[in-house]
Amino acid sequence: MSNSAAIVVRDLSHSYGDRQALCELDLQINAGERFAFLGPNGGGKTTLFRLLSTLIRPQSGSISIFGFELPQQAMEARAQLGVVFQAPSLDKKLTVLENIRYQAALYGLSGALLNQRQTEMMQCLGIEDRANEYTEKLSGGLRRRVELAKGMIHRPRLLLLDEPSTGLDPGARSDLWNFLRQLQQDMKVTIVFTTHILEEADQADRIAILDEGKVVALDSPDALRATVGGDAITIDSADPAALLQDIRDKFDVAASLVGAQVRLELPDGQLWIPRLMDAFPGRIQSITLGRPTLEDVFISKTGHRFWQEAEDQ
Amino acid sequence: MADSTTSESVNSTNAEANDDANVVTVNSVAVVTTLAWREIIRFFRQRNRVIGAVGQPIIFWLLFGTGLHGTFRLTPTGEGGQSFLDYYLPGTLVLILLFTAIFATISIIEDRKEGFLQSVLVAPIPRWSMVLGKILGGSIIAVAQGLLFLALALCIRMEVDVFAVLQITAMLAVAALGLTSLGFVIAWRMESTQGFHAIMNLALMPMWLLSGAFFPPPELVAGLPIGQVILHWTMRLNPVSYCVAGIRHMMDSATLTGFWAPSLTECWIVTSLAALLAFGGAWMIAGQRTSGDLL
Repeated sequence: MSNSAAIVVRDLSHSYGDRQALCELDLQINAGERFAFLGPNGGGKTTLFRLLSTLIRPQSGSISIFGFELPQQAMEARAQLGVVFQAPSLDKKLTVLENIRYQAALYGLSGALLNQRQTEMMQCLGIEDRANEYTEKLSGGLRRRVELAKGMIHRPRLLLLDEPSTGLDPGARSDLWNFLRQLQQDMKVTIVFTTHILEEADQADRIAILDEGKVVALDSPDALRATVGGDAITIDSADPAALLQDIRDKFDVAASLVGAQVRLELPDGQLWIPRLMDAFPGRIQSITLGRPTLEDVFISKTGHRFWQEAEDQ
Repeated sequence: MADSTTSESVNSTNAEANDDANVVTVNSVAVVTTLAWREIIRFFRQRNRVIGAVGQPIIFWLLFGTGLHGTFRLTPTGEGGQSFLDYYLPGTLVLILLFTAIFATISIIEDRKEGFLQSVLVAPIPRWSMVLGKILGGSIIAVAQGLLFLALALCIRMEVDVFAVLQITAMLAVAALGLTSLGFVIAWRMESTQGFHAIMNLALMPMWLLSGAFFPPPELVAGLPIGQVILHWTMRLNPVSYCVAGIRHMMDSATLTGFWAPSLTECWIVTSLAALLAFGGAWMIAGQRTSGDLL
């Protein structure tokens, strides 16, 4: 069963009172995969993370983690999991080493095995010279490394990370992903993370895009980008609605209004720019051509901008 | 990745069903001691907590003890009777327990806020071991503080034999478990430490004041005014009264006259039962999830 699924989610729904946070979710994450849940804030990522990490129980539908059903086999499932929460879970009054050792005790590690693991883990994450410092004195990037060490000390088969880059500067963020890739290679860990940062989702082998509690797309980053029809052209105009109508009338192409911009997805985008500029002189303030990004994928799947949701709330 | 963290398998059926699974045999005793030890370390690293928990009761004891010295009279059995400083000693001990135990459990609110609790909640450990670790840690701190004060007090006040000190330690330990559990029950559902102060002033301080710590419970005699009767029963129904009376027995049972006092056996029974009940309550309430888990 070594090639089994790491996570199987079937028909999973969850609501807080009237608000439906997750709606009939179905998906499977394979062992050894790097898998991202990408979505705007309020899209259902955090709820899903709480469910997968066993912090809350499923209301309807099923979750199984390496074949262990939640919540009946929560104890067994927990033994497979390493969880790194978005909110720091370090005890600030304890040293780095104490934090790691106390966490290890919760997973039944002790004695020589623990000593060996803690040395390995601290070396791997480059924090061995900080072992006796209080965690309250560490920088954000170092704290995140200690969090990782805590989450990995018992060698989980599945590492769950909630918004792992929160509070990290770009340098620390890139370090973090180097560590994660190394961990994945060395220890064959399945890595599942949530993120609202588009570039971060690119680190994954596969991405599930979550919007309003549903998976609107699930594939590798490249395959997702390929689903957007060709290049993306966005146009700023003083009167985008009128321009949109005129473009549709004149060229008979699929154009849409996204936010205050007119948007076209066309093959051979570079040929369309002079055509559009000539057809509507003076009405185009700026025009941009781009290879499709994950945001374009998001827009084409949901019909609204990635950030719109978060701003509305 | 076959990765068995211990040589033993807890659940062989699951191990068969999923032969790659991590099998974690969590030693609950190790979990409890680890979590308790964490409480102790954290406490002594926050010096203001140490000072607050011992300092205030000592100041109360010295100020009230000497201040009320002239007005306090109990029917003396021997020559001279008992001074308020002596009478007030068991009460001060219990006050130290109360302060330390309660403030030790308030830390559960911090644990929740700082995210530490989340990582405990998703660990493969039974919930009771988390509860017991927290409560045991708080209790050990409380008893240690109580004994520290007792040693100071004994140096300047009176002679107590070793057997009595051992008995007192045991009583303090049982009471500390009860009070820490009570603190846990109160703190578990609370989202901020501010709310705790209201409870402290409205419930816990009155509970202590009505325990015979500060003034003795009136004896139930014929013709006692109704106010005194109510006071008598309130104090008699307060489990903390039995802890205070128990310690008073152990220090000098000869002074227990002129007011209502339960027998030493009663003291042990009620204190132990109350502690068990409070721990049961803590265990039950910890099984419930609170919105605070989701911060």
